[in-house]
Amino acid sequence: MDTLGVALDSPAQYWQIWEWVQVSIPNLIWLVVMLLLFVGALVIPFPKSAAK
Amino acid sequence: MSADSSATGTDSMTVSGSVSTAGSISVMTEDAPTTWTGSLRHKWMRTLPPDKMLPERQPAYVTSWIYVFGMATIVSLILVLGSGAILTLGGVEWFHTSSLGRFVNSLHFWSVQLFFLFMIVHLWGKFWMAAWRGKRAMTWMTGAVAFLASVGTAFTGYVITTNFNAQWIAFESKDVMNAVGLGAIFNVADLGQMILLHVCLLPAGLGLIVIMHVLLVRKHGVVPPLEALDPDAQKAQVA
Repeated sequence: MDTLGVALDSPAQYWQIWEWVQVSIPNLIWLVVMLLLFVGALVIPFPKSAAK
Repeated sequence: MSADSSATGTDSMTVSGSVSTAGSISVMTEDAPTTWTGSLRHKWMRTLPPDKMLPERQPAYVTSWIYVFGMATIVSLILVLGSGAILTLGGVEWFHTSSLGRFVNSLHFWSVQLFFLFMIVHLWGKFWMAAWRGKRAMTWMTGAVAFLASVGTAFTGYVITTNFNAQWIAFESKDVMNAVGLGAIFNVADLGQMILLHVCLLPAGLGLIVIMHVLLVRKHGVVPPLEALDPDAQKAQVA
């Protein structure tokens, strides 16, 4: 495919949750990463050397 | 000094007088500024003395990963602004056709992704920490305004890529703008307006809001976690 072209033959993948409620797979991945970071930030202990 | 002055005559008197005058000017500047620059410096030093502005130590509770995301957001924003400035100087053809241009274009895109990712985690952390406690309402509000300005900047950035998705989103959002009465002043189908908003007005506005946000954090200090305070102190802070 030409780099400046449009990928009309390969549309984005969506997860249709319910009727018109849907989320694209890349957005879903980013949301999951965001949640994991948030939970990780709360539960993963901070390095002790920095805590001093 | 006065004994020397009386003993040595006029020259010494002059020196003594000038020292005295200089001293009085110094006192006036420190205690009661008479110029707007002096007043501004006085107010700045009272509000944000150097040890608050650039502190070397932070409270113990800051040693938590949840406190990292504010700075991570700022670092991403610096990357966004820097790569955006290079893209602006290089021009559309350069960043679409040369390998370095494409790299900077990708850097701009991915630093925006990280900027929003870190900003949202920062927002969640501060929301569940009730970070507006302890007279930090303005800090919270400037953060909220910075978030909204970021959404606007990202939206205009999406629209000016002018690819198929961008055109689709522009013409969908055009109806939204018209529906809320903003269509006359915010025309998403006007590429020139979108470019100027994206590369000029919105980044400048966002930068100023972020600077204000950071200065307020410096002024009031980093908000302590809820469990760091006893319940009575928490009630007093919320009130």
